Amino acid sequence: MSDTYNPDEAEALEPEVLTLPLDAWHRERGGRMVEFAGYWMPVQYEGIIAEHLWTRESAGLFDVSHMGQLHLSGEGVEAALEAVLPIDLSTLKPNAPRYSMLLDEEGGILDDLMVTRWDDGFYLVVNGATKWDDIAHLRENLPDEVTLSHMDESALLALQGPKAAQALERVVPGVSALTFMKGGQFKLDGVDAWISRSGYTGEDGFEISIPAEAAERVASLLCAQEEVKPIGLGARDSLRLEAGLPLYGHDLSPDHSPVDADLLFAVNKRRRSEGGFIGADRVLKDLAEGTAQVRVGLSLDGRQAAREGAEVYVGEQKVGVLTSGGFSPTLQRPIAMAYVDRAHAATGTALEIDVRGKRLPATVTATPFVPHRYHR
Amino acid sequence: MPRYFTQDHEWIEVDGDAGTVGITDYAQGQLGDITFVELPEAGAALKKGDAPCVVDSVKAASDVYAPVSGTVTESNGALEGEPELVNTDPENGGWLFRLTLSDPAELEGLMDKAAYDEYVASL
Repeated sequence: MSDTYNPDEAEALEPEVLTLPLDAWHRERGGRMVEFAGYWMPVQYEGIIAEHLWTRESAGLFDVSHMGQLHLSGEGVEAALEAVLPIDLSTLKPNAPRYSMLLDEEGGILDDLMVTRWDDGFYLVVNGATKWDDIAHLRENLPDEVTLSHMDESALLALQGPKAAQALERVVPGVSALTFMKGGQFKLDGVDAWISRSGYTGEDGFEISIPAEAAERVASLLCAQEEVKPIGLGARDSLRLEAGLPLYGHDLSPDHSPVDADLLFAVNKRRRSEGGFIGADRVLKDLAEGTAQVRVGLSLDGRQAAREGAEVYVGEQKVGVLTSGGFSPTLQRPIAMAYVDRAHAATGTALEIDVRGKRLPATVTATPFVPHRYHR
Repeated sequence: MPRYFTQDHEWIEVDGDAGTVGITDYAQGQLGDITFVELPEAGAALKKGDAPCVVDSVKAASDVYAPVSGTVTESNGALEGEPELVNTDPENGGWLFRLTLSDPAELEGLMDKAAYDEYVASL
């Protein structure tokens, strides 16, 4: 048997894997730790399917402290940030996170992120594996007057699931008044916490930024609520795939622009006409002329999953490639994301996926695969 | 009946020249929730080290290697409807396939239970 995870081997290959504030907490709770984005992180506790289903029916606590929390402030920060991101900050209300992305000069996606307007500047949450490059890119493209702080003494937790609100309300009275994509400053057991009603599972839920030194206490308090169990990275991935949400480094990369990635909603309307952000020329050109391929969801028959890298065919013609794929615990069948030629991208189109020389039938499917249940 | 183990975490139980192959409890624990098993057809001729079988978990697809050479006689049909048997009963009801050994001398290179347990403890 191959592909079994060998921690000794990983340690030998990656001598500088870093630990996060909840490292010991995860280990105490039986988390199986793997290297991810340069950190030791729990891939699972009791099992991916059980954790996945628990999150869909109750509430799961995810440690996402590997993600980069950044704060931008200073003279001219708003105009400077608009010169980098395809976002329209004139319509961004305070304390309301919005999805955006960092693009390179060719319009390729360097990262996807969340931007929130705070009283004293902007709060950004970027992906863990890309955060160091993101910081360098931002520093290079922002004027000296803008101060960029890496909030590396803050931890980030996500509480996700239909019972997340009732569990968190018990600990943070008033928090359930937030609606989807709204946030605020709260006290959580005496700790200053930035809490937004957001997440990446398709469920109702919250993201909670707290000082790293309070992370263990807060995580334990949340998991003491009967609705809440800790959930690992494995279920985080299967949940976001069911929700049709792209994962950077897999479904998004510098090879793709917001147009073929089907993320045009992140290029706000005014920016589509005015441009003026890094990569605008390519994005506006793609908008006008269209792209050869587009990101779609695929549903497979049977139980055998197709994985990232598997090729998509119509007869003998290769028409695309998978960027994510796996078994959906909710639907009990495999699902995937792929970039396919636009001629074969319409919902309902029958395609085939090559898995180890075997052709698996697949159908282009509108996403999310599992309906979102946000609290709007 | 004697049972042998490989460093790749397969087991084979041997009765004369008939062998039954599966993956170990350690292996299923490492793989996590198993969602699909691709099994070899009866009659398939295997060389030691061939990968006639794929075990799909939520995380990844993993090859299962033939611990010895031989001809497949039967696959575990119960796994089609219930692949999770490989998680719940890996060293018994979750067996993968049976084969007729073509070179029983190949068994000499495998570990017995005690040696395998020691090997797993060292991982």
